[in-house]
Amino acid sequence: MKLEFPFAAIVGQDEMKWALRIAAVDPSVGGVLVFGDRGTGKSTAVRALAALLPPIRVAEGSPYNLAPEDGAAGIEVPTPVVDLPLGATEDRVVGALDLERALTQGEKAFEPGLLARANRGFLYIDEVNLLEDHLVDLLLDVAASGENVVEREGLSVRHAARFVIVGSGNPEEGELRPQLLDRFGLSVEVASPRDVPTRVEVVKRRDAFERDRAGFCDAWEAAQAEERERIVAARGRIGAVATPDEALALAAELCLALGADGLRGELTLIRAARAIAALEGAETVGAAHLRAVAPSALRHRLRRDPLDEAGSEARVARALDEVMPA
Amino acid sequence: MSPRDDLRPQPPERPERPEPDADPWTDPALAAALLAVDPEGLGGAVVRARPGPARDAWLEALRQGLAEGTPLRRMPASIGDDRLLGGLDLAGTLSAGRPVWSSGLLAEADGGLLILPMAERATAGLASRLGAALDAGEVRAERDGASILAPARFALVALDEGAEPDERAPEALADRLAFRLDLTGIPRKALGEPAATAEDVTEARTRLSETAVPEALGEALTKAAAALGVDSLRAPLLAMRVARAAAALLGADEAGEIEGALAARLVLGPRATRMPEPPPEEAEPEDAPPPPPEEQGEREETPEADDAPRPLEDRVLEAAEASLPRDLLAKLAAQATPSSAAEGGAGDERRTPTRGRPAGVRAGPPRGGARLDLIGTLRAAAPWQTLRRRTAPDAPGRVQVRPDDFRVKRFKRRGESGLIFVVDASGSAALARLAEVKGAVELMLAEAYVRREQVALVSFRGSGADLLLPPTRSLVQAKRRLAALPGGGGTPLAAGLTAGLALAERLKRRGVSPYLIVLTDGRANVGLDGRGGRARAAEDARAAARAVRAAGVPSVLIDASARPDPAAAALAAEMGARPLALPRADARGLADAARAATGG
Repeated sequence: MKLEFPFAAIVGQDEMKWALRIAAVDPSVGGVLVFGDRGTGKSTAVRALAALLPPIRVAEGSPYNLAPEDGAAGIEVPTPVVDLPLGATEDRVVGALDLERALTQGEKAFEPGLLARANRGFLYIDEVNLLEDHLVDLLLDVAASGENVVEREGLSVRHAARFVIVGSGNPEEGELRPQLLDRFGLSVEVASPRDVPTRVEVVKRRDAFERDRAGFCDAWEAAQAEERERIVAARGRIGAVATPDEALALAAELCLALGADGLRGELTLIRAARAIAALEGAETVGAAHLRAVAPSALRHRLRRDPLDEAGSEARVARALDEVMPA
Repeated sequence: MSPRDDLRPQPPERPERPEPDADPWTDPALAAALLAVDPEGLGGAVVRARPGPARDAWLEALRQGLAEGTPLRRMPASIGDDRLLGGLDLAGTLSAGRPVWSSGLLAEADGGLLILPMAERATAGLASRLGAALDAGEVRAERDGASILAPARFALVALDEGAEPDERAPEALADRLAFRLDLTGIPRKALGEPAATAEDVTEARTRLSETAVPEALGEALTKAAAALGVDSLRAPLLAMRVARAAAALLGADEAGEIEGALAARLVLGPRATRMPEPPPEEAEPEDAPPPPPEEQGEREETPEADDAPRPLEDRVLEAAEASLPRDLLAKLAAQATPSSAAEGGAGDERRTPTRGRPAGVRAGPPRGGARLDLIGTLRAAAPWQTLRRRTAPDAPGRVQVRPDDFRVKRFKRRGESGLIFVVDASGSAALARLAEVKGAVELMLAEAYVRREQVALVSFRGSGADLLLPPTRSLVQAKRRLAALPGGGGTPLAAGLTAGLALAERLKRRGVSPYLIVLTDGRANVGLDGRGGRARAAEDARAAARAVRAAGVPSVLIDASARPDPAAAALAAEMGARPLALPRADARGLADAARAATGG
């Protein structure tokens, strides 16, 4: 296994890091989309996330990462973070006939695909905007139903497929389809850091990592452990975080002011705010939490208004100032 | 926001400095040697040149530096995922009766060199697959019932044969490769020997891991990159590796100023997007872009200026600066947008029925004009053969194919189209009109996802025409480039039409069907030569209109003035354009009209 760049060692990019932490604490926020410039460490950050996720318990030998039956102990495995590379064929994504067994033994057996592997974990798509349309549609279907169904020539399989989609891409290479866009709970925009000291630090750490991966990871282990504990603690706490009516009202008002379509925005906003409150050790969701997550939760849900000069960033900021003056 | 967004080239007023190294072969030869020293670390090179002796000589120089038996793979111009990434070997599987997988080209190039010809035509999808392999040093594919993970540590040489300034290798690829060389115009007699012997390179390769790059040099290179407006942080990292390889080649234990300067010249110079700020004591030219904020912070942080009168970063920057072409800004303006081949929506492979890039296959019966993909169908049938023979042993034929196996070729519904708005930006109504056109452009791009169309904007006013928005599919880009629109002045209609036609011809060459959408009242008053005079201007405009018609470029002429002018209708007739009177056209109306005109 190749060592990945430690999450804790990522310089800056706070919004992206928060979004990923939130998804780690509460997978029900529904995925993270990271869009931005080249060479800003998008995929580095997503791949680094895997190391922070607490392990899950699965039934031994389950190809779908199913939880152990009542009473069974099961085994502990790392939370799956599965890569969906471009050029993947549909049969590998949904699963298909086990070739080896079919051809050599003439047996009809199901070989689970990436969706099975990603169950209860994360599915990462780099350059999600370049993914073939029919695969995108398929993913949307499965993500919406939480279930993967394969029917082919007497091969009939149905299994749970609940996963958090994390996508990244560069908007200059093509926009993402609006239908796909709002399937993501959170959307963050990343840019190269502007100030020189930060840039120097990024380059320094990357160079140190590449020259001695193991040594670099060792040096950051303490900080990594802290990140991990924070996520585990937040997961334990999140159920107890109260969401007062005022927070709900603020969230509703904010979505209304922005014309953010549908209830999904409000729901994501609240969930993300709750996750961030849990991460910060707060007991109730407050305006500050909503403010912190509003850009990520809403910027991709604004109705497109190309005639509005302001970018989505500015529109969210404007609405925030209206609804909850600082 | 950034000075780069300014389209108009401003001739940089720089103090005289000596011409860069007079021998045009020095830097390419050095780059070849350095790449041979650390192929995997440096990623590779974009080599811009037509096929010819210069390119051959460079490739030969690189090849000589590589170890004996180094794999060298050349990518076919149209390569499918099965060949690129690997997949089921159909013939082998059918004859062996068990799955046989073939490795892809990326895995075959492991430990060697991969050559990508016609890199300027590489699609975003291809660039992204190559980029993923370059980043990870391995190829990861999920294809045909197998998870493939194979080492793929190679250097990529992207041969960029683009003719136009904006026909370039995709930035997603170039960003990951250390060198960008331009060999065009290097005369045959200038082609020299490789910069290092094979023995030197081999020795350097063994020394590489012990060669250090001091922190101060890394910092200097990072700062130099920032000063040159190089955004991507891969650039300084690649520059550091080039400095390391150079030190190893020169037999030094650690990279010093010489190596740093070389790295800056080879890696950062060609990526520069702006002239660095002149030292503070010099008078600033009036029209210089405002200093970016980070510069100020940087200056405050150089306390060691006392004991070192010229800090390392200045010297490194100087080296990069010396390599900048004098017409940097003009060049940048010409290529400010990535070549359209590099763009693409989800799954778009710029499929055209005539130019056969593999467009992928998908399951489905060959109905409604869809063409059966025989190989894909057999591939889908292959795994089932043993099973089917068992259940239907008497079925005829060696291979049993059932309807479930059918795969059809995927083509685009229609050729990709490029909408070129040619907009009259003269006179007093110009600003309002431009604003509406801009709105229309953005509306169309916002909706363009499904339609796969590119939009471009040419405006004319004063004495000539400007390309305000090169063909793009990106709303983000359009918004950036159309932030400020100049308007007012005379009406050089002929110049506008000519510029629009030139762009249309360019799109055609790329396999995109162009449409011209001309917005004018048809009343020209500036001729093609930029001089005033109604009669002459009208004659020129008619000639330009006839040229559009002769070129067979479909067009529509929209007269948006309050009272439609007969001149517009007359011009439309000359152009073979559909005339359209659209008083008080707003953004939505324009977008709809354009759509209707192009049958979209």
